[in-house]
Amino acid sequence: MKVLALFATLMTGAILLYGTMDFPAFGDPQSPAATHLATYFTENAVRETHVPNLVTAVLGDYRGYDTMFETVVIYCAGLAVVSVLRKKKPSAPENKS
Amino acid sequence: MRLLQDQTAGQKLGESLIIQTAVRMLVPFIQLFGLYVIVHGHYSPGGGFQGGVILGASFVLLTLAFDQKFALKYMSEKANNMLSNAGALLFTGTATLCAICYGGMFLDYSALDKLLPLGPIAWRSFGIFVIEVGVGLAVMSISASLFWLLGSNGEMDEGL
Repeated sequence: MKVLALFATLMTGAILLYGTMDFPAFGDPQSPAATHLATYFTENAVRETHVPNLVTAVLGDYRGYDTMFETVVIYCAGLAVVSVLRKKKPSAPENKS
Repeated sequence: MRLLQDQTAGQKLGESLIIQTAVRMLVPFIQLFGLYVIVHGHYSPGGGFQGGVILGASFVLLTLAFDQKFALKYMSEKANNMLSNAGALLFTGTATLCAICYGGMFLDYSALDKLLPLGPIAWRSFGIFVIEVGVGLAVMSISASLFWLLGSNGEMDEGL
């Protein structure tokens, strides 16, 4: 069983590595990611938002939905851990009235 | 010298005077750096998530060097939960305020210009700042409370 699991892991890794061969080269200006939206952001983001750091401009303004739901995901994680794990000690005897 | 010996004689396993003094001196600077990372996110790498994690790590460091009761003296559980709620609400509330404010769109901060005229582009910059602060508050308190709850088996009293 362990041999089978190792075989499956190695096969998946090999397929993923084979998939990376189709990636565009690092910093390729003709890659699809750099031709559509990236040029718009680099040309217009500072003028439109007055934020010199383009990463923050994209993260907080153009991709605001993404950042908002990242925060909501973290909030839900905290809420789940508090509601599952938190237990109060029975300190005071309960008043049965 | 006699006083130090008396202090160290009564301490529990894992408590060290050197570590406690170093942490006591280090924690304010860590928190100041966390605030800097949040506030300076417009101009340098950083932002709400990174600064919030640094602020949360300062409370984790206090818990590790002292114990959980000591850390909870500086950030009580109720205040921690309030801050996590306030952080998430600051983000979503700003986004919703943009939507209900004179026909703006959700998360379009320039709509807030009608509420307080600073100029739509200045509002886009300022809106990013507000949501970064909200993200920082939420990430700080949630990362600290995750550590406290998982480390103390949910009882939040003695911990590590």
